[in-house]
Formats: sequence, structure tokens, C-alpha cells
Amino acid sequence: MAEFTLPKNSVLTEGKTFKAPEGAKNIRRFEVYRWDPDSGENPRIDNYELDMDHCGPMVLDAILKIKNEIDSTLTFRRSCREGVCGSCSMNINGKNTLACTKAIDSYPGAIKIFPLPHMQVVKDLVPDMTHFYAQYASIKPWIETQTPAPADSERLQSKEDRAKLDGLYECVMCACCSTSCPSYWWNSERYLGPAVLLQAYRWLADSRDENTGERLDELEDPFKLYRCHTIMNCTDTCPKGLNPALAIAETKKLMVQRKLG
Amino acid sequence: MATNTNRPISPHLQVYKLPVTGVISITHRMTGVLLSAGLIFFVYIISSLVGGASSYAAMQALMSLWLIKLIYWGFIYALFFHLCHGVRHLIWDTGKSFDRDTLSRYAIIELSASLVLTLITLLFV
Repeated sequence: MAEFTLPKNSVLTEGKTFKAPEGAKNIRRFEVYRWDPDSGENPRIDNYELDMDHCGPMVLDAILKIKNEIDSTLTFRRSCREGVCGSCSMNINGKNTLACTKAIDSYPGAIKIFPLPHMQVVKDLVPDMTHFYAQYASIKPWIETQTPAPADSERLQSKEDRAKLDGLYECVMCACCSTSCPSYWWNSERYLGPAVLLQAYRWLADSRDENTGERLDELEDPFKLYRCHTIMNCTDTCPKGLNPALAIAETKKLMVQRKLG
Repeated sequence: MATNTNRPISPHLQVYKLPVTGVISITHRMTGVLLSAGLIFFVYIISSLVGGASSYAAMQALMSLWLIKLIYWGFIYALFFHLCHGVRHLIWDTGKSFDRDTLSRYAIIELSASLVLTLITLLFV
């Protein structure tokens, strides 16, 4: 059910402020969500003032600078630093994105950094993704076939059929879209959310997959698929420029088309 | 390893900046609820017709209060907005008009179209 306010243990408190070093001229303030599972305290906002003359251009560079030079307890996920691994997804100034591909200069003034919204927090900027990944596994994100494989070649695909996967295969499962979706906030235990539904459509759209019927049967559910109310936050926020709302609309169309025969 | 069972929920509505499409979407739902509630007014007006001349006059007096008039025109704007976004949903259901760059433009079109429709209605009253 929809709960519009945060539970007691999640209400934010004011944290510490770390001043920029003496003589720094180009200062930028980063307000970062912190929660320490061992402290027994509520989450807090710590403020870090960084000298931008000695910092890389991306938000991830600033977070790494904080961890390396100011406060080594800051915890977050990151890996590839170029937008292909999807680890450093977080809420930056009110919108979900990848910290590694977002330039600091694309924001004016202070930068507010939160974990992905409406998720259980493991520590600081690290949300628990267990349920999200379990939902991903539930749509069977692999090829399923009925016919035997050709004896002397792979299962081939025409260029046109391959093109149908463009805009789908690029998804890095960063969960920016799913955690931007109010429907997912209120119903994540039953609604699959935009990221997983885009992946589900990726297999529906694949000419080599032969289990379309069963896949649609699985999705035909008032919650799994139809909690999408075309709010469009997913498409608005996707850091890879993909369109999960469109993939969901195409899935809904497939449902209707097979009913009409 | 033991997991902490007292994990907080990360902020959502408190921090998320809804895009125009998101604002329009929640407004569509709220206008839907308000329009349903507004139907009580409708019933009141109709029942005053049945009640004869005196109840009709009482209803007219109430309906010409400026505050009631404002609510009334708000109701009409909400009705047209709800209609326009409903049409938008029908277009979306065909799998069209999902282009990222046009999303906020269409939202503005909906809001202005419902204003124009309200003004046209005003001309006919």
C-alpha cells in the first residue's frame, strides 16, 4: 500500500559538515545521505565542501574524492566509471541517474545525493537490490526454444529482426527507472517495474525466442504488468536514453493482439 | 551473516523531482476523484429542479455565490483536463507518441487545450 511519509526509523537528521581546505577558491557543496547500520541512529545528511579545482568532472569523481580524501566511511557502489555497469545509480538532485556519466557542471549550486528512492538501505548510498534481481530472474531473461537448434549454424536472425532489439539490449539494469516509478514505490512486491518489464519485452521482441505465449501468460496479471499507469518517470529518468514506457506499451499491445487473434 | 532488520527506506516523494508528465499523471488521478465527488453537486442541482420553484431559487442563489462559481469553473477545467489526458492515454495505448523529447510539450498542450475548452464553454453560458 502507498505510504507517502517515511517510517520513523527513516526520517532524516542533520549530520556533520566537512569544510573545504583553506585557500580553496572554487568550492562546491555536496549533501550526501548517510546511514550507518551499526550506529542504531536515523539516516543523516552530511555536507562536504569540495575544492573543485582539484576534482574530476563527474559526480562520481566527487564521491570518490570524498571517500579518498575526506571521509573513508562513505559507502557506495561503483565499477566501470563509464555508464556500462550500472552500479553507481543514485538519486542526484531529485532525479535518478548514473553518477559516473553525470557532469557536476550540469547542476547549479549544491548537489544533493540520495540512494535510489523507496528502497531498503544497506548502508549510505547502497540499496538492497535482492528483490529487484529476483523479479528480473522471474521473467526468465534467457532464450527459450521449442525447435531443435540448426545442426550446422547458430540460430540466425535477419538484420531487421536484430534491429527490433535496439533500445532494449542497451539496458544495464541500474534500476534508475524502476525506483523512479511511484507505482513501483507503492507496489514493488507485486508490480515488476519498468526495468524488468523492458527486459521482459526484450525477449518478447527477439525473433529467436519461441516462448512468447508463455511469457505473455506470465505477465498477464493486474499487478505484474498493469500497475503501469504511464506516469513516464521511467523514460524521463533513464540514464541510457531508453524508453521503458514504450516497451511496456508494446507488451500491452501484444496482449490485446493475441486476444483478438 | 546477520542482516540488519532495522533498515531505513530511502526518501522517495520527499526528494524526487517529478517531471511535468509525472505531475500531470497524479493530477489526472486527483481530478478523477474530485470530479466524482463533484457529482454530488450535480445531484443537488437536479433534485432542486424536482423540488419546485422555491428550491430552484435557493439553488440558484447558492450557485451564484462567487466562491461556488469559482469551484464550478474549476470543476469544468478539471473535467476538460481529465478528458484531454484521457485522450493522451488512448494515443499511448496505440504504442505511439512515446518520444522522449516531446513528452513535456504534449503535457503543456493538454493543459492549454483544457483551458481553451473551458473558455469556449464560458462563451456559451
